[in-house]
Amino acid sequence: MKGTVVERATPLSRGFWLVATLLILVLAAAPWWLGRGELRLIAEFAYLIALAQMWNLLAGYGGMISIGQHAYVGIGAYALLILSLHAGVHPFLAVPVAGLVAAVMAAPLSRLVFVLKGPYFAIGTWVVADVLRLVMANVPALGGGSGESLTSVIVGVPAWEREAVIYWMALAAGVGLTMGMYLFLTFRHGLALTAIRDSEAASASLGVEVDRVKLLVYVASAAGLGLVGALIYLIKLRISPDAAFSIEWTVLMIFIVTIGGIGTIEGPIVGTAVYFLLRYLLADFGTWYLVVLGAVAVVVMLKAPKGIWGWVAHRYDLHLFPTRRRMRLGTKAEAAAAPALDTVANGAG
Amino acid sequence: MAAAIDTILQGVLLGGLYALFATGLSLSFGIMRMVNVAHGDLIILASYLAWVTVATLGMNAFAAALVVVPAMTVVGYGLQRYVLNPVLSDDPLPPLLVTFGLSVIIQNLLLEGFSADARGIDAGVIETASLALGGDLAVGWLPLLVFASAVAVIAGLELLLSRTPLGRAFRATSDDQTVAQLMGIDNRHLYAVAMALACAVTGIAGIYLAIRTTFGPMMGPSQLLFAFEAVIIGGMGSLWGTLAGGVLLGVSQSIGFRLDPGWGILTGHLAFLAVLVMRPQGLFARTRDA
Repeated sequence: MKGTVVERATPLSRGFWLVATLLILVLAAAPWWLGRGELRLIAEFAYLIALAQMWNLLAGYGGMISIGQHAYVGIGAYALLILSLHAGVHPFLAVPVAGLVAAVMAAPLSRLVFVLKGPYFAIGTWVVADVLRLVMANVPALGGGSGESLTSVIVGVPAWEREAVIYWMALAAGVGLTMGMYLFLTFRHGLALTAIRDSEAASASLGVEVDRVKLLVYVASAAGLGLVGALIYLIKLRISPDAAFSIEWTVLMIFIVTIGGIGTIEGPIVGTAVYFLLRYLLADFGTWYLVVLGAVAVVVMLKAPKGIWGWVAHRYDLHLFPTRRRMRLGTKAEAAAAPALDTVANGAG
Repeated sequence: MAAAIDTILQGVLLGGLYALFATGLSLSFGIMRMVNVAHGDLIILASYLAWVTVATLGMNAFAAALVVVPAMTVVGYGLQRYVLNPVLSDDPLPPLLVTFGLSVIIQNLLLEGFSADARGIDAGVIETASLALGGDLAVGWLPLLVFASAVAVIAGLELLLSRTPLGRAFRATSDDQTVAQLMGIDNRHLYAVAMALACAVTGIAGIYLAIRTTFGPMMGPSQLLFAFEAVIIGGMGSLWGTLAGGVLLGVSQSIGFRLDPGWGILTGHLAFLAVLVMRPQGLFARTRDA
């Protein structure tokens, strides 16, 4: 009897991974062959993917729609400020530590916002972010409402090294958080997470520890955002409460994920590309790119709620980051190699 | 002592404005089970409509309501019927994202159309006239009028909800959408009427906001947060609760502003969070909801 094979990877996804690995290697060498402007642009692309991915994890997989995730961007930025300018920690080291700080802050804050469900949770998180903004604006030691400059902590690092390390950190954040999410989703927790998104009650009755998994996801998302927030402000070098805790961070995350495809790992990458394209095309027209971006997001929600990638994946059955297991009939060779009825091939690539 | 009473009194009256902000949000919460993220931006849109009306037609600031309120009613009906109804389902995500997108669109269109300059409407002597209450106490006629309007609007809506066939249909849909539909209620039309009502109140709120203070294109989100806080403090599904929530928020902010001008909004937020922790269902909850 011919066996069946259960696997995630498809020939396409294997090919994609090969190309992606090569691309990342080429990009990693970019500081040696690209100028400062191009590096900054690629870094921004990478950290926007990372931001969007963290919102996608929370909303697309965890079902927790937050409009207040800029809270953790701001926490990361201020952690960087306090650690590097006031505590003398090396700014490069302060970036990952800022991620930890955000995670530590997220645990108690989750208690507050988890009281609210669904749409109420969304606005409640926004209030929390605004509270943090106002608190920071009232701390004179951190520059109050006008904030502080970070230039003095980075000025000692040679220019090339500074640009290169920040670029590598951004690249690592974009690639690392995307990969981290993929691995997370292919493990047990990921399955539990998707189950919770689809029905909290049903997954609880099947033994999923709903509260624990949701907390884990909330904290993980905060950690990623805190790290990226610190990185962004290591590039910008000027931190103020209104900018660091600006709703614009959440606006970007939500638009990118919605347009690209919520609940897919490919979506935020596609969405970031669309965002860059629109911003580039409408560069001479002030804030019109935000109007167009908003309009595209609304139209996507109305006409193709799964976003661009969701539509592509459905139409052409394309999955570059396959998280679902599929079953197919095994070949003779596979059947011979594994005489048992099922061969489980869990390899991702 | 007089200063303390004055602070609380000003806070209560400010609460009237927040109750007007919150009423529209409370209606769409209660009936459609939907959060309109663009609510604050609709308030600011109404303020700009009032400003344009006063500037082009030379109308009195209060008479501008004759243009603004009907216009906002039409906006509300169209918005719900053609944009929001198609995405309403058990999933709270689509309406949230669509209204979020609308919020950003409205903000940036106002920014492109009217620039970032702060605007205001001059309503004449009423803006500064006040009623002496004896001692050092006095209250402005404008805040009193705003508070009275909030009470009148809420009383009117409560009557509508409890005494009319339309109100009965609203309550039935709020309790159980599916059964209400089986009884012959056209949800799509009913929801659009509810949003039209909500936006009519938003129109009144926008005019008062424009008279009371200067406004700019990016002020919507703050108004949404105040409205949201008033609704949650008061408890969902109770309009009188929303008024009480607005008053509590107004008093908290007023106390904060008195302590330090940088703390006003913050103390309001903290009062909201305190209620959330101690009484998550709000002070006067009527409908049960997730």
